[in-house]
Amino acid sequence: MTRIPSPMSWRKGDNIAGRPWRGRVRDYDLFKELTIGLVVVGLLVIGLSAIFSSPDDPGVTLKSWATAAPSDFVATATAELGGTSDTAGYGPPYNATPDATQKLGFIDLQALSGVRLPIDTANDFVINPLKTLPSPPPALAVWAAATADQQAKWAADYTTALAAAPNGDPAHVAGGNYGPVPALTLALLAMAGNGNLDGVLQNGGQPYNLDYTPTILFLGDGGYFPNLATTAHLTGDQWGVMNETGNTPGQSWLWLFSFFYQIQPFKSSPNADILVVSVMLLLSLALTVLPFIPGLRSIPRKIPVHRLIWKDYYGQR
Amino acid sequence: MSTHQNPSPDPEVEGTGAYTWTGKSRRWFLKHLPPDKLLPEDQPSYVASWAYVFGMGAVAGLIFIIASGVVLSLNGPQWYHVSSLGHFTNSVHLWSVELFFMFLVVHLWIKFWMAAWRGGRVLTWITGMVAFLVSVITAFTGYLLQTNFDSQWIAFQAKDALNAVGVGAWFNVANLGQIFMWHIMLLPLAVGAVVALHVVLVRAHGVVPPLDAAETDAQLRDATTGGTDTEVKQP
Repeated sequence: MTRIPSPMSWRKGDNIAGRPWRGRVRDYDLFKELTIGLVVVGLLVIGLSAIFSSPDDPGVTLKSWATAAPSDFVATATAELGGTSDTAGYGPPYNATPDATQKLGFIDLQALSGVRLPIDTANDFVINPLKTLPSPPPALAVWAAATADQQAKWAADYTTALAAAPNGDPAHVAGGNYGPVPALTLALLAMAGNGNLDGVLQNGGQPYNLDYTPTILFLGDGGYFPNLATTAHLTGDQWGVMNETGNTPGQSWLWLFSFFYQIQPFKSSPNADILVVSVMLLLSLALTVLPFIPGLRSIPRKIPVHRLIWKDYYGQR
Repeated sequence: MSTHQNPSPDPEVEGTGAYTWTGKSRRWFLKHLPPDKLLPEDQPSYVASWAYVFGMGAVAGLIFIIASGVVLSLNGPQWYHVSSLGHFTNSVHLWSVELFFMFLVVHLWIKFWMAAWRGGRVLTWITGMVAFLVSVITAFTGYLLQTNFDSQWIAFQAKDALNAVGVGAWFNVANLGQIFMWHIMLLPLAVGAVVALHVVLVRAHGVVPPLDAAETDAQLRDATTGGTDTEVKQP
């Protein structure tokens, strides 16, 4: 017995959808339609470009950060030295911080990828750049001679003192034993302020380099860069994934991806990213194979939007 | 010295003169994609609705994206910051992307409500969905290439999702060199190939007939009874 496929099936059966059309036809000119399409879309594109242009807010440099928010810069440099910044505790692919990865149940893809882009925040963001100065600060030798515990204590004490100072201003920090940390961070501030740090951090001593990972991570560890993003309504909790600077539409097609970050249980989960990505992959897969899913593939028949689409056809029945 | 002998005919292709891989391929293509299917001059009478313009709109948008993208990449990533023509080209690139996605999403939803996968057209649906998903990734890499504040922030924020799934080192959003390669080479090749396959499949299988179309419908009955119509021609 031959099974007759459902009219909503993807299978090629002996029915009108599966056979070549043998009814009436109408004239159709593929190339003419393409030409009209190009002209109409071209006019729309040129009109929209002329009227709305496109945004291009200048990027943030370490120099602009050090100039506009020196206290924030010093506090961040201290956290990089002490290994307490977000980047220092990120885990793979930047470092091997324990228990820092996002997991989906027992699946830990982040750990599996390994430390592929190694970053040691104290050395890569502070110590090594200072070594490139024509007159490296003597504090570098004091730092290098100290134990790791001593280094961490100096940085932690200075972080606490900065937080207690008015506006976090390094000039008004209470007296204490912070070792070489104030000298190192202030030297880095000066280096950033005169524009040297941008080049050194980005090019790693090479003439060619297109990798901005250290700069982006260092900027993100501070408060200045994220605050600018908040003002420009670009952060994750502001649906920032689909926003663009100014009023220009951004990646609005990411609305569902962005939506999951706004709701529980994703919003407050430490594994939010892996959870949202997994859900989006599942939903995308479901939509791709929808013709194979009974029930879902029958929705178009139950909600007759097709009556509108083929209004002329049904009108002539 | 051997004498040339005609190979024994392949029963599969007897009468076609096709016995080489090339010949068999030509026969396969001519059978499944005859020229009048690839470049048709008529369509079934039901292909008469505003709903059909969005697929072509998306193709037109894609052509403007590629053309403006080629101009931008030939001039290098810094050009559009300093040249008014460059900035306008960047705007054309942005707005053709916005229109492309608008047309693509409307096209996708209309094809859903048409249940356009019916009658052996499932691969057309799947390639359409893959084209959409690959386009989303391609557009994302474009936003990372703006080399301005927006791209800096997107790179900082998006790294977490990519690192969480373990691909952050190979798809490093803060590495301009990597992202440039993804955006102007690998991903456009993927979008172009999938869209081309999608369009060929649409031509090969034809446009899906209306839901609940029946042999008794006027448009079909006329064809078999020889009835005429002044507005639509007979096949």
